[in-house]
Order: sequence, then structure tokens, then C-alpha cells
Amino acid sequence: MNGALQSAANVLRQHAPDWLTGVVPALAGIALHFDADHAGLPADPLEACARLLEEALAAAHKAPPAPRLVEVPVCYDPQFALDIVEVATATGVAPEDVARLHAATEHRVLMVGFAPGQPYIGGLDARLRLPRRATPRTRVVAGSVAIANDQTAVYPFEIAGGWSVIGRTPLAVFDPRREPPNLLEAGDRVRFVPVSRSEYERLK
Amino acid sequence: MSLRILKPGLLSTLQDRGRFGLQHLGVAPGGPMDRVALALANALVGNGAEEAALEITLIGPEILFEKDALVALCGAELEARSGGAAFPRDRPVLVRAGTRLSAGRARRGSRAYLAVAGGFACDPVLGSRSTCLPARFGGLEGRALRAGDLLALAPEAPAQAAERFARLAAQVRVIDGLESVRWSAPSLTLPEGEDIVAHAMEGRHFAQFEAASRRAFFESQWRVAPDSNRMGFRLMGATLARGKAAEILSEPTCLGTVQVPAGGAPIVLMADHQTTGGYPRIAEVAGADVPCLAQLAPGARLRFARCSLEEARALGRALRARLDAALRAIAWRYGYEEH
Repeated sequence: MNGALQSAANVLRQHAPDWLTGVVPALAGIALHFDADHAGLPADPLEACARLLEEALAAAHKAPPAPRLVEVPVCYDPQFALDIVEVATATGVAPEDVARLHAATEHRVLMVGFAPGQPYIGGLDARLRLPRRATPRTRVVAGSVAIANDQTAVYPFEIAGGWSVIGRTPLAVFDPRREPPNLLEAGDRVRFVPVSRSEYERLK
Repeated sequence: MSLRILKPGLLSTLQDRGRFGLQHLGVAPGGPMDRVALALANALVGNGAEEAALEITLIGPEILFEKDALVALCGAELEARSGGAAFPRDRPVLVRAGTRLSAGRARRGSRAYLAVAGGFACDPVLGSRSTCLPARFGGLEGRALRAGDLLALAPEAPAQAAERFARLAAQVRVIDGLESVRWSAPSLTLPEGEDIVAHAMEGRHFAQFEAASRRAFFESQWRVAPDSNRMGFRLMGATLARGKAAEILSEPTCLGTVQVPAGGAPIVLMADHQTTGGYPRIAEVAGADVPCLAQLAPGARLRFARCSLEEARALGRALRARLDAALRAIAWRYGYEEH
């Protein structure tokens, strides 16, 4: 369902009428934003949106897209991986294996949302699954790679966060002056590639 | 050609209509909290609707105009002064080089817009000049104004100010050295008195809330909490409870979405809102009432009135018609056939 909505959203965005100002797939839902003041708005915008979505779902089903694979370098150095020991203790996995397991599987971007560029990435190894931290950190550094439940998030900016930080990427998750601004889009396949501290500094 | 910021005010940012079509990248449209007041301010100086203006919040900046400029101040009623005189509001004002504008505190409403003929010289980022404070980009370096900032105007601004003001020549009056006109535009979004009423539709999770909470939402009085901002208005009042319903997967949000986090105090999502959210949504404020809501200062009281989607759309059409009439009247004063 998540993948079908992402594909439909991409189809819809390419063929969007002028009055449609946004197509936003989320984890298990999709929003079509429209300009209520637009001269070309159909008399029944909801009905028009439903029809557009149905057509896009059908088109995406017929020609399923081939999602790109994005490699995201991550330094799992303890200096960045603030919670890796806690995660290891809580899961019974050795700290070095937390990084290994995280980088071993292929992940998938389920949603981009909340803040500009912030990806919610599914596909976390079942052995690493933990609930959110009881007390959120008031400040999580940009680029931090953090896990909670079955997902990974990469923080685009310094914000508060309740997920367990297990590493940091040297790449900009969101850069408004880059085209495209987002490192990751909904539907992308993701591989986390472990890098050393010196490689991290070189890539930064 | 610039405006020198002597004092920045509480929160002054450049905002144009907004940044559309990027919500799937996590970027909310942003733009003005009160889009109606921005539209009026731009029209009053002969600008197109896409131009950026300065959004002023509660306490205005002190500005030195280094060159002549044609400006308009709309939205919240500020105690704006220039020299010893009150600064005229809701109308075009020709300010001469060397003029100081002290925008002052908001007496009524909370967000004012200062538009300048010709617009500000500021490169669009991701298609808009709006300041995105949460992600720190757009507008002036992605931030609010600071003392000492120089806000450059578009190179053609002085010529446009002169040409446009000349069109108003027959209507001009001079009071305390400020050249303005005898007429003014209506303010369409300022709260008339206490307890404004915001129309809202039942949200997606409305039925999951306990009966007392559903009643409280529409029947009780709410106050805007002090920690409200451009991202969202936190409301103080009843505590809303959802009972034992299932966890909600993050869903797309919208301007005016009313979310209720676990603590039970609702949050109305405003211009710089997050694009998705995992909190239950008790209501969606009608788009037509968002600009009025945006004019409420912390501590202000409001109530919600239940409305249907059709009623919300009718409110939108009515507001659009009032704004269009005001814009037509302004264009007529300028002698523009069509604006």
C-alpha cells in the first residue's frame, strides 16, 4: 500500500492540473492539496481528486516504477552513535553488531515528512527494534541516524528527537540550494554504508 | 536602495505567498500567516500578488528608509509612528529618504505586513522568497530580521514608487510630512472583539474522541497559548481525551489541521506546519478563517463553530469575493484597468 501510494503520487505529480498544489504520500495515506481559489477548480474538487487518484493508481499499477538505490554513508563511531551502547544493552546485540546489522539490510523510504527532507525509512533488522527513548533528547545534531521501532530516521536539522542515535551521515539530508534538495525521496531503496571517522570528515 | 533595520521587532520575516508543491519533500507552503493582509498590502503599493513583504509580529521593527519608497502597512493595527505623527495604515504612503518608521506594538491583531513598491531584492529559494524559519532558508538568510540588517529593494523600486505615487496625485494629502491618500482599504481579518469564532470541520479522528471531549471542542472557550508560533497555535482550555484507540500512522497534514497530542491540548497547524503528523486530528479549521485566527495574539480567546465542507467552501468564496472587491477598488484608485 505504501509503495502503491508513492508510485501513484509520482504519476499524479507529473500530470497534475494547475489547481492541484501538492501530492503527499505518507505511511498509509495520501493527501491531495488544492488551491480553493483557483479559477480552473472543478465544481466538485473532492470527486475530481478521487478520480485523479484512481487513474494514477491504475497507471502506476500497470507500469510499476523502478525505485533508485541510494547509498548513505554512515559513521557509527561512538562519538556520533550516542545511544549505540544503550541499544546494544537493550537488544542483547554487541555494539559493533548494531552497526553491522543496520548496514547489512536494504531499507526503503516509507515517507518524507514532518520537517523538510526528513525520511522515515523502513526495513530495520528485527533484532534492533526498540521503542522510542523514554526521554527525548532536546537536541539531536543534523545528520544523526537514529532508530525506533522498525524504522530509521536521518535528521536534516538540529531538532529534538526521541529516537536512539546510532551514527551520523556526512551528507546533507536537505539542502534548499541543491537540485533536488532532498537526499532521499519516498520509495527510494537505501543502503547504509559504514564509513570511518576520517572518511566521514573527507565526505563532509 | 535599502531599508535599514534599527530595531528588529519581536519576529519580522520576509514572506511571499508561499512555497507550493513541495510538501512531499517535507516542505510546507509557509508564507504569510494572514494571506489576506499580505494581498492587500501588495495591492496598495501597486505590486503583483507574488511579491514578498515584511511580516511583523506583535512588536514591530524600527526602520530607516534610506531612499524614497512607496509603502503600505496592513493587517494588525500597530502603534506605528514616524517622526511625531501616527503612521497611516491600510493605504499607500510615500516615505521620503531619511524617514524613520517605528512600527510599534500591536493594539489589535498580531501580524502586520509592510509592502514596498517594487518589492525586496531577495532571491527566491525553491521558488519562493518566504522565510522558512524551521529549516532556516529563504527570505533574509532564512532568519528573522536583526538590528543592523539592510533590506535591499529591487533596483527598479524607486522609479516604480515615483510612477505609482504620481498616479494617486489627485488623492494625496500630507499630514505631518507624510504623503498619503484620503482613502484606505478595509481590514478584512482583524478580530472585531473578544471570542472570535473559527469555523471547523470534524477531523478524521473526531469520532474517536470521548463524548465530553467532542462537546468541549465545539462548546468551550479556548485561549491561544504563549508558546504558539508560525508552526502552530497551542490552545489552552479543556483537556481532550481519545480513550483507548489504536496508534495512528503518520498522515499528511494541512494548514488548519487541529491535532491533539497525548497531553490533550489541541494544536492548530499554521503556516510553517509540519507536513505529516501522527497525532489524532479532531478538526480542520476552514481555510477562510485561518487568516483571522492568525491575527490572535497569545492569550486571545476563541471558540470553534462546527461547519460542513460545503459551508467551509462557501466561507472561502465569500472571503475571496470581499478580497477581490477590495483589490478592485485599489486598482481603480490607481487607474489600473485590470490588476
